Amino acid sequence: MKKSNSRRSFLKNISLASASALALSGCSLKELEKFFQKNFRTLSEKEKKQLIEELEAEYKEKYHKEFHLSDKPAMDGTLFGYALDISRCIGCRKCVYACVEENNQSREPQIHWIQVLQMEKEKGIDFVHSDVHYNPETVPEEGHFYLPVQCQQCRTPQCTTVCPVKATWQEPDGIVVVDYNWCIGCRYCMAACPYGARHFNWGKPEIPEEEINTEMHYLGNRPRMKGVVEKCTFCIQRVREGRYPACVEICPVGARKFGNLLDPNSEIRYILENKRVLVLKEELNTQPKFYYFFGV
Amino acid sequence: MNFIRFVKGSVQLFFRGTKTYYAWLLFLFVLIVWGAGGYAGQLRDGLITTNMRDSVSWAFYIGNFTFLVGVAAAAVMLVIPAYIYNWKPIKEITIFGELLAVCAVIMSIAFIVVDIGNPMRFWHMLPILGTMNFPYSMLSWDFFFLLAYLIINFVVVSHLLYSIFYQKEYRKKMVLTIVFLSIPMAVGIHTVTAFLYNALPARPFWNSALLAPRFLASAFCSGPAILLILFQILRKVTSFEIKDEAIWRIAELMVYAMFIYLFFTIAELFKEFYSGTQHLLYWKYLLFGIGDNKELVPYSWLSIGMGFAAFILFLIPKTRKNFVTLNIGTVLIYSSVYVEKGIALIIPGFTPDVLGQIYVYTPSMTEIRTAVMIFSLGSLLFTFLVKVAIAIIFENYNIGSIRREEESVRIQA
Repeated sequence: MKKSNSRRSFLKNISLASASALALSGCSLKELEKFFQKNFRTLSEKEKKQLIEELEAEYKEKYHKEFHLSDKPAMDGTLFGYALDISRCIGCRKCVYACVEENNQSREPQIHWIQVLQMEKEKGIDFVHSDVHYNPETVPEEGHFYLPVQCQQCRTPQCTTVCPVKATWQEPDGIVVVDYNWCIGCRYCMAACPYGARHFNWGKPEIPEEEINTEMHYLGNRPRMKGVVEKCTFCIQRVREGRYPACVEICPVGARKFGNLLDPNSEIRYILENKRVLVLKEELNTQPKFYYFFGV
Repeated sequence: MNFIRFVKGSVQLFFRGTKTYYAWLLFLFVLIVWGAGGYAGQLRDGLITTNMRDSVSWAFYIGNFTFLVGVAAAAVMLVIPAYIYNWKPIKEITIFGELLAVCAVIMSIAFIVVDIGNPMRFWHMLPILGTMNFPYSMLSWDFFFLLAYLIINFVVVSHLLYSIFYQKEYRKKMVLTIVFLSIPMAVGIHTVTAFLYNALPARPFWNSALLAPRFLASAFCSGPAILLILFQILRKVTSFEIKDEAIWRIAELMVYAMFIYLFFTIAELFKEFYSGTQHLLYWKYLLFGIGDNKELVPYSWLSIGMGFAAFILFLIPKTRKNFVTLNIGTVLIYSSVYVEKGIALIIPGFTPDVLGQIYVYTPSMTEIRTAVMIFSLGSLLFTFLVKVAIAIIFENYNIGSIRREEESVRIQA
């Protein structure tokens, strides 16, 4: 305790010294404060509250709307899990675009947290012969099936281990999140992820003012900046309020199931017990909480 | 006071030289300006100005970083044979090797800085100030090792030069201890850099235990290559003395390194091609292309061809001892390793990507310009450092000469 206190005061002194030095050179104090903002997990409740108020004001100024930015922590007794029925999915990509709108992904350049792979029935689950850019008049196409891939919310995620700055971690309810204000943009996590679930803001993300979702979570769908990594959070802003992720709600064929793995009466537990499930690349020992199954 | 004199004298030295020297400086200056223009665009618009995308999320910058870590490592490892075989200019080899190491480490760190999305947040990686993910992230290890290596080499080389400049005896015991410490550190920086890629099960192309040994073997080819050229230039234009035998001995050592590198590569290729699993895909993309995607094929065969040619030139005693063929071989092996590390190591790791999709990557103009900027800045730094070192070691540039000069100026006044 004492140690962290002295560290904090040391930090304060350092930031104070550099602050005054930079202020003299004509840099705005607010930008400086932002520059010296700490890792989200080391912030006190008070600091979090202040930060959230500042961000809400900043977003209001930029998008001319009232925002609600939550920092709601994980609830006790929850471990979120997901199941996707491969036999039902028709490859319509409605989930892809519902996700974009819900989670404020950049429209230009485009970022999609969900990739839908078209696969040949003859070959089974075979990434090498799959196609993400399929574009027929109507889906599903003869002889093909579809495999949507998003963050698999691994129990032993490799992406968080490799992060040099602890900007990404697994929450107690199992969701792997990113602190966009702390990420340095080295993209080591993207090299480590076996599912291509992490996406980088190569350019300045653009979201039209009228399309922005104002219900946000600090660790989820708040607007990102240039040069940081983002990923699926199971719609953390929704699921921590007891709602379904947007992709589950939008799916026209009901292929997507979501629930609490610790609740024996949940739909997800029913699927695990009554259907035969599989996970992608199980040989890598990532132990996903995202299961695939054949419902019919 | 003396230190200020040293700095002043050194700066004056930077701008004293022949016409060729000035032409070289001008050449570097033009390249730096041209490169910086490209990097400015990247700073303004983000990494979208590169050709990297989510599929191929590391590429040319990280390849250059890896190559330069190898150069930094090998430059110092050359000190062992110099010591064991008791080559006469051991002090000089140490000094120039370490100067090269210092410049190469600085350049490699620069390549990391230009590659990250938020360079201003670099401090997040520092211990105490930030939240460094030590010991879990290999990148934090790499950062530590590179920094320690940079400091060690800088301390040794500046202490040696400082002592000669002030005409004092250098602390032999301390210098030798640190030099011998820096040798395992040199092995360490390149091993840790290999581990950075090695420990990612998501990328089968790198997930081979031979990666680190191959890194070291290839570094032992490219690092000494630069020093071979440098020693010959120094021998021509300064009073630096190195016997032909020592140069041939370095070349001989490079043959061993090339042979080991070749052997490791063949072992890797045998395992991949004979077992023929899905992991073969990445080697296939590199060597033969997949379908119509043959973008890397010319690079990979160019690198292989140059490597083989150099191996033959170095292997045959007659061509090894002929300076024309020796220098051709040196340039060939250097280029071969550069293409291998810069292109052939990183890109097949990401092509096809983890979901089996092919994104065709070739470096963008911004990436090339930024790389040119870093290489020319590094060369400029190296030129200045070598210039001062030569003056101190061979041209009696020391505290006495500065005092005498000041005195003569005063008398004239």
